[in-house]
Amino acid sequence: MNVPSSRPPTADHDTGDAATAPVVRLVDAVAVLGQFPALAGASLTVHRGEIVLLQGPNGAGKTTLLRLCAGLVPLARGEGSVLGLDLATQREAVRSTVGLLGHQNGLYLDLTVEENVRFWGATVGATDDEISGAMGRSGVADRLADVTVRRLSAGQQRRTALACLLARRARLWLLDEPHAGLDASARDDLDATLRSAARQGATIVVASHELERAGSLATRSVDVVAGQVHA
Amino acid sequence: MSTEPTRDPAATEPIRDPSSTEPVRDPAATHVSARPAGGPPGAWRIALLVASKDLRIEVHSRVLTNQVLPFAGVTMVIFAFALDADSVLQRVAPGLVWLATMFSLLVLVQRAFAVEAEDGALDAMRVAGVDARAIYLGKLLGLGVQLLVLEVVLLFAAVVLYSQTVPLEGVVLLVTTLISATCGLAAVGTLYGGLAAGFRGRETLLPLLTLPAVAPVLIGATRAVEAALGTAGAVVSDGWPWVGLLVVFAVAFGVGGSLAFGPLIDE
Repeated sequence: MNVPSSRPPTADHDTGDAATAPVVRLVDAVAVLGQFPALAGASLTVHRGEIVLLQGPNGAGKTTLLRLCAGLVPLARGEGSVLGLDLATQREAVRSTVGLLGHQNGLYLDLTVEENVRFWGATVGATDDEISGAMGRSGVADRLADVTVRRLSAGQQRRTALACLLARRARLWLLDEPHAGLDASARDDLDATLRSAARQGATIVVASHELERAGSLATRSVDVVAGQVHA
Repeated sequence: MSTEPTRDPAATEPIRDPSSTEPVRDPAATHVSARPAGGPPGAWRIALLVASKDLRIEVHSRVLTNQVLPFAGVTMVIFAFALDADSVLQRVAPGLVWLATMFSLLVLVQRAFAVEAEDGALDAMRVAGVDARAIYLGKLLGLGVQLLVLEVVLLFAAVVLYSQTVPLEGVVLLVTTLISATCGLAAVGTLYGGLAAGFRGRETLLPLLTLPAVAPVLIGATRAVEAALGTAGAVVSDGWPWVGLLVVFAVAFGVGGSLAFGPLIDE
């Protein structure tokens, strides 16, 4: 399913160059995994506040594109920057500004929700206000805060992971199949959290096979086919 | 679900005045530099965070108290059954304490990295750009504290089960030995635990890697504790060279481990 392109939403405070500069900028980006070119000349621009859906068949390069933007896969050729940081030379710095959520949530199952969010927030020096704000916006404050993560449902664990991304001050969220394993209600909650985050200025790139669900969430979709991006 | 609006950290970015005569920087770079107050903590602070997180997990899960300590206790009792004669037990007690510590180390290390791998937390830390050296030191500290508790309990068990006595003049040597041996064991355990965590056969790989590597600690700590306890006529002064060996071992593996840990877990 193709979602019509739309203007990227911008928050009221987004004036000045920082707001208009692209969060992700790839020009003919090539990424090689082993001997195999997983991305073959991908070009993509994502602006602040957008929710961009990457759609395409298995093996098309969606996950590699996310990992390239996260600074985990080296840029072999072409140009690329994330939040103004060069993907060829500043990959470590890129990592600390983006949040990548794959099939696992990156949580400590024997810690409570609040302990997890506090831990991840503390890795970037987040304040108490930021941590409680992150939990509130993700819907895991109050009665869930003191619950051990192992006892949560899959949807609640996913929301806890999003709270950790918020507490970590991730500016670009890269989500790989975020709806996988969630029931309808949990998916609705997840989408609400993501829309709220985007309204507040986060930029979100989602790779998903669930095009109807992810398409209704996205402000724009792009096709990834054989390692190339078709906007 | 609560969706009440709260201040987004990103919203604190300063608004740039288009008429400003200041030199224009890369506009996108402003995105990154304009983070809210409270910058990222240094490596030592991160290490303490990781260590306190691990100890908090132990408080919740009680693996040390409910699994490792009983395992080590049973091992000590089994040794007592196997070496029935009191004179033999008294002579080999220091070695038995450290053997039980080594076996328990394997359980603690497996556990320390199982909690990281269970939901991809270690990967998430690396993805988030958390300094690998800080992760290593944090895991080492957390493991070291748990090992120290274990060793004290095992020594107490040796006093009770093997009729050991701790002479006053050997206390300083004993404490120094415990600390330096613990640092060495934790340094090796954390390094190989991180390495083995990425492999499918980690349960068997970890002992194969760790036990030969900690052999110098087993030898040095046993000789030093024998000197501290006065076993088989040993005197306190005999133990200090072994403590020197333990310190060199701990420093070498600590430094080497902190440098190698990042590349090993990234692989």
